[in-house]
Amino acid sequence: MADGRVVLVTGVSRDLGRRFARRIAEDPSVARVIGVDVVPPQEDIGDVSFVRADIRNPVIAKVIAKEDVDTVVHMSVISTPGSAGGRVTMKELNVIGTMQLLAACQKAPSVRQLVVKSTTTVYGASSRDPAMFTEDMEPRRAPRSGYAKDVAEIEGYVRGFARRRSDVRVTMLRCANVIGPHVQSPITSYFRLPVVPTVLGHDPRLQFLHECDLLDVLGHAVATGVHGTFNVAGDGILMLSQALRRLERPSVPMPGPLVGRVGSTLRSARIADFSPEQLTFLTYGRGVDTTRMREVLDFHPRYTTAAAFRDFASSLTPTGGRTDRVLGTIAATLPPVEPTREALHG
Amino acid sequence: MGDAEIIPIGTRGRPGRGTGKQPSSAARQLAPGARKPRKVADPEDSTAHDAGAQDAGAHDTGAEDTGPEPVETPVEVAPAESPDPAAQPTQPVTRPVSQPRAVVRDRLPAGGIPAADLLAAFQTASREIFGDDWELQLARLLAFLRRRVTGDYEVDEYGFDAEITERFFMAALRPIAQRWFRIEVRGLENIPAEGGALVVSNHSGTVPVDGLMTMVTIHDHTGRFLRPLGADLVFRMPVVSTLARKGGTTLACSEDAERMLRQGELVGVWPEGFKGIGKPYKERYKLQRFGRGGFVSAALRTGVPIVPLSVVGAEEIYPLVGNLPSLARLLGVPYIPITPLFPLLGPLGLVPLPSKWLLEFGEPIRTDEYDEGAADDPMLVFNVTDQVRETIQQTLYSLLMQRQSVFR
Repeated sequence: MADGRVVLVTGVSRDLGRRFARRIAEDPSVARVIGVDVVPPQEDIGDVSFVRADIRNPVIAKVIAKEDVDTVVHMSVISTPGSAGGRVTMKELNVIGTMQLLAACQKAPSVRQLVVKSTTTVYGASSRDPAMFTEDMEPRRAPRSGYAKDVAEIEGYVRGFARRRSDVRVTMLRCANVIGPHVQSPITSYFRLPVVPTVLGHDPRLQFLHECDLLDVLGHAVATGVHGTFNVAGDGILMLSQALRRLERPSVPMPGPLVGRVGSTLRSARIADFSPEQLTFLTYGRGVDTTRMREVLDFHPRYTTAAAFRDFASSLTPTGGRTDRVLGTIAATLPPVEPTREALHG
Repeated sequence: MGDAEIIPIGTRGRPGRGTGKQPSSAARQLAPGARKPRKVADPEDSTAHDAGAQDAGAHDTGAEDTGPEPVETPVEVAPAESPDPAAQPTQPVTRPVSQPRAVVRDRLPAGGIPAADLLAAFQTASREIFGDDWELQLARLLAFLRRRVTGDYEVDEYGFDAEITERFFMAALRPIAQRWFRIEVRGLENIPAEGGALVVSNHSGTVPVDGLMTMVTIHDHTGRFLRPLGADLVFRMPVVSTLARKGGTTLACSEDAERMLRQGELVGVWPEGFKGIGKPYKERYKLQRFGRGGFVSAALRTGVPIVPLSVVGAEEIYPLVGNLPSLARLLGVPYIPITPLFPLLGPLGLVPLPSKWLLEFGEPIRTDEYDEGAADDPMLVFNVTDQVRETIQQTLYSLLMQRQSVFR
């Protein structure tokens, strides 16, 4: 206990959880990192000691007590039932798992800090949304099902925990859609489709967080221990149409219900995952205000939304982009005036 | 020649119906200069097709010996049809060969034209469209197109796309504002050149054309973009929501209004909402209730001036004489308008009547003199709301007095 902290990370079987656990293990102020998950991680976890435990049952309390854990990083909130099984399992893992973890933390006097990776999905998406959500705003329509509801319930339990254990510093990070070459999530599998279905007549605003920035912000939160809830996203906004053009992928606009149907077909084929909240997100989009992240948390993401998306796009082969090639060929025969034009524009 | 040749039905060419590739014999007969002259030109018909004898009218007999010549002649012929009338009078009118020329040129496959010809034609066309510095202009256009196609442009956090708004939306709306409605503006000096301000306007006209016209007018005269606040219906409707976001609109809620005003934007609000825009024609120029005064609270919180705007003319573009409330409820919209022209003339009824518009920006109402908690004082908010409403109503009356008639 005297030398260094003991960090417990949940959800290490998944890529981001594993990478974060390895990374925090390299921190000199951290003595031990314990990774917890239901299934062992597929890849190398380095110095992290893995404990196979289901956070849905009280075993986790014993782990926390025995190892004298002082910092808990909760990363096992899953957005898609995909690997876990069904929606019921997903909900159990998310909600019951969080309840058990928080109950264990509450009983453990050694715990001084809790970091929860939440998501901006908690704000929902609707036509009545303000352009930018700040941390104090509530979703305009309370989520009724799925991931968004799970997250809303989890946040409720975390707030309750923060009230009961006021000596624990609780950092809740509402992260925008995490994107990057290695990320497997509903939004990345959506963009990896060779032809991307979009909702006809709607062009949602998107915000992304690069995977490196996610690991950075979690590390930053563990290191500084700032209490509070923070939106975390890269600077700027991309429209979906703009993102698809940058990706050079053709898109097929179709009416909303039809996109849902295509989505469920793709889901049963395990190609992509279209949950209902994903569909409303792709219809209305969402933006979050990150002023508190900069000023209170004092975290500055390295990647803007556009840069994060560019990095993600570099790992994909374009399936479209013919128009630009044709235009480029024509432009090549003309004198180069574009630079001056670009300069004029900014 | 055989001008008055009598053609018995069914004796020419292949009989029967057209197959898609081949027109029917009746159609072949109807086509101008279909068969009759072919008889004369038949021996050299195949060569004429291959050698690109567009200028068959000019020198039809020399079709075989003008091997190199078509290289430049089609260039002038194709884009601007200037040589045709020039060549025509020199020809004897009696020549029957002048007829098939059009047919031959149209049917010529593009693959038959050498690349050099295409390039030359392209250059001529470019010079025609863009003028002398066509290369520069065209390169600019291409750069713009490539930026759009590759998504290499910026939008702000509300989804506002300044480039497309300026180069496309404004350009499309400008002629409507200037030629169709002949908008006359007064009091432009009341719009602050920089910093946040809230333009508050009356709302009318069944379809929010007045908002669009205000946007283009303010942009043309001051160079600033008006950022309108729209009802949530706007963002629920497909296509409309996309265009609205690109054009700089955001949802009419206190969070967005205050955020924009703090960022120093010129924000436009129509507090009457659907009550104003969907009111019957007989109630024209009677201001409805100004919402709950939320716009005043937003201005008070951010300390920006309120610029009252009175729009005369928008009431007459679609005179609302009826409504279909049950259908409207079914579709989830506030009203289904019936105008004297709309369902009656179909799409033609969607053309707005060309009323004469007057826009007058009133003197700004300062809100920065009130103290901190002013926005939370309902009485003060109501008073300022009434003051704005009265100003707009009085200006409307005086503008109506000045207007000669609805359309002039």
